[in-house]
Amino acid sequence: MDTAYSNEDLAFRDEVRGFFEKAYTPELRARMRSNHKEGAEEWQRKLYEKGWVAPNWPAEFGGTGWTATQKYIYETERSLAGVPNVIPFGLVMVANVIMAYGTDEQKEYFLPRILKSEDWWCQGYSEPGSGSDLASLKTKAERDGDDFIINGAKIWTTYAQYADWIFCLVRTDNSGKKQEGITFILIDMKSEGIKVNPIISIDNHHSLNEVEFSNVRVPAKNVVGEIGKGWTVAKALLAHERTGIAGVADVKRAVRVIKEVAAKEENGGQRLLDDPGFQQRLADIEVELMALEFTELRTLATQAAGGFPGPESSLLKIKGTELQQATQEMLMEIAAYYQGVLPVDLDPDALGHEFATDARLSYMYGRAATIYGGSNEVQKNIIAKYVLGLE
Amino acid sequence: MNFDFSEEQQMVRDSIARFVQDDYDWDTRKAIVASDHGISRDNWKLFAELGWLSIPFAEEHGGFGGNIVDLSVVMEELGKGLVVEPFFPTVVLFGGLVKRAGSEAQRAEWLPRIIGGEVLGAFAYVERQSRFALHDCQTTATRSGDGFVLNGEKVVVFNGEQADHLVVLARTSGEQSDRDGLSLLMVDANAPGVDKMSYAMMDGQRVANITFSDVALSADALLGEEGGALPVVDAMTDEAIIALAAEAVGIMAVLNAKTLEYTKTREQFGTAIGSYQALQHRMVDTMMAYEQSKSLLFKALCEYKQDPATAAETIHALKVLIDRNGKHIFGEAIQLHGGMGMTDELDIGHYAKRLMMINTTFGDGTYHRNRFIETAFAA
Repeated sequence: MDTAYSNEDLAFRDEVRGFFEKAYTPELRARMRSNHKEGAEEWQRKLYEKGWVAPNWPAEFGGTGWTATQKYIYETERSLAGVPNVIPFGLVMVANVIMAYGTDEQKEYFLPRILKSEDWWCQGYSEPGSGSDLASLKTKAERDGDDFIINGAKIWTTYAQYADWIFCLVRTDNSGKKQEGITFILIDMKSEGIKVNPIISIDNHHSLNEVEFSNVRVPAKNVVGEIGKGWTVAKALLAHERTGIAGVADVKRAVRVIKEVAAKEENGGQRLLDDPGFQQRLADIEVELMALEFTELRTLATQAAGGFPGPESSLLKIKGTELQQATQEMLMEIAAYYQGVLPVDLDPDALGHEFATDARLSYMYGRAATIYGGSNEVQKNIIAKYVLGLE
Repeated sequence: MNFDFSEEQQMVRDSIARFVQDDYDWDTRKAIVASDHGISRDNWKLFAELGWLSIPFAEEHGGFGGNIVDLSVVMEELGKGLVVEPFFPTVVLFGGLVKRAGSEAQRAEWLPRIIGGEVLGAFAYVERQSRFALHDCQTTATRSGDGFVLNGEKVVVFNGEQADHLVVLARTSGEQSDRDGLSLLMVDANAPGVDKMSYAMMDGQRVANITFSDVALSADALLGEEGGALPVVDAMTDEAIIALAAEAVGIMAVLNAKTLEYTKTREQFGTAIGSYQALQHRMVDTMMAYEQSKSLLFKALCEYKQDPATAAETIHALKVLIDRNGKHIFGEAIQLHGGMGMTDELDIGHYAKRLMMINTTFGDGTYHRNRFIETAFAA
């Protein structure tokens, strides 16, 4: 049992830290805010040029080939530098599925394009009638020669408005159990018959959408894995989504930000950071976070050999999202009256606290973290059933 | 022992509930919030005609002569409809200060105009550095001839965009954080030297940051005793906190009812999600959170009605509990509505945002827990 860094690890840490300092410029940070798509693409291209855009991919597909420790160091430094995660739909989600289940042709076509951020991906899982009960999905794919004809609707599709491709779960067979007859398929968003309807979320932003499919023709060669075996693929992918969702490093950074801003905030002559009630709540978060970091490391260590994570990753998702929301709530509290200010075209300083807008946006959108990726209720069902053996 | 509402109170409640149901549906409210001024002046006139604006004022000024229970009934029902017309800033804050601090002449001048819906008011008290410590005040009113000259800045002034008149908390003597030396001044919002920067809040309110640059005020702008404003402001704040708690209780009731209804109708895994015991227990928890909040509100109402001075401890406790239970209830409402709860289109998130602003107004749970400890553990 040992987590000490070797000299090589320390040198690697310095290299990562130096890269983020140099490459993630204030201009880029500002662009991420003003034009998220362009900013994210520019940043991911920089990471690609450095060879670091896909730390979790095997080296043969263009990944880094890092050890588990190096991945951990990278993630920690990324978060400490305030650098956002890559957009996960391509680089994390569909890429893992294609690597595990895709044909050689699919790997050769899609993986390099994902690596270079040439395609923007989105995820077509949930439907208006199928949320937690994902397997009840109804979007229909009917065989027509070499193609499938898709009809139905997907909802809560993040960034569908930008997407070039969507990976979808569709129903190819109605005859058996609902988990059977589901197929995982890749659909070009430029196909005829696709309509994207924006959904404004409670942070007043547009990142969610409904995507409608009316007689959309998709080549059968776009199916990943076997026809009718999409549920297996989906479960593996959701497990991946869950691991990333823990966001330990990002919660650590949030704790640091909380301490910085609470040190500046005064209340009747006392720093908010010195308020015992405030300190106790923050301490509770930190204690839980310290444990979660090692829960995550233990999970990573068992997965170090590669392959998909198992049902235990549900724990990371539940605890991680709870802690994210707890830190978001504390930042809102620090912002006090300013937590409610909607952005206007004014210098944030003219209004009050500069961090308040970010606090509101992450707090409001952060409500989704316990809902998406399989709601935390579903995660508890997974643990109860597959870890504890409760039926 | 009697926790019933009087016939008159029931009539007021019904009257507001009817208005919300018939004339303030969700689309109507959305349109009002999105309109140029963010409120409906027609509604305000209607509120005056229906007598709602007269509730907390004495009969001699044309008021209803209502007590804290009457006021809480109004606030609870307005809360259920998420009514954005500025009842709280104009009647509870602005009117609350005039009725407490004003001379007989000032009361006779302002209260009938508030009751008649002719004036929209605001109380300018938050400063950039002040957080919840009202006495942390840098805005100054300096004696000049017979009157005063006002300088400084107030931020997040509720109803600051639409208010015609402001009561401003300013320092007439002493140092920045002294409890003495604060005064209340009536200021015409359109007077020379008054500058507003207006913006919207997430709960639909229009507020403003207001700067005062050498604003000349006559001697009769002074509301109450020079240098002795803080006790009056604290007394008004106690009433305002109870009023906000009543509004919060109204919102909690709506959130719980809507969420319960949703879990009875939303089907997943072939059955209504409300049939799952794990969710049933959580809805029992939110129901209990609501009942507990209501109970503490009732305790505060009883004490305050008897003698406001005895209610201090309960008022701090109430703010703590409303903060905690409010977050619990809106958190569960969003979570159990799933993706739908995340949409701006659905009202759930808007009720949540109003609860969040209620929680922070006049001090959040952390602040009032400290005040509670100071009060309750002092002996």
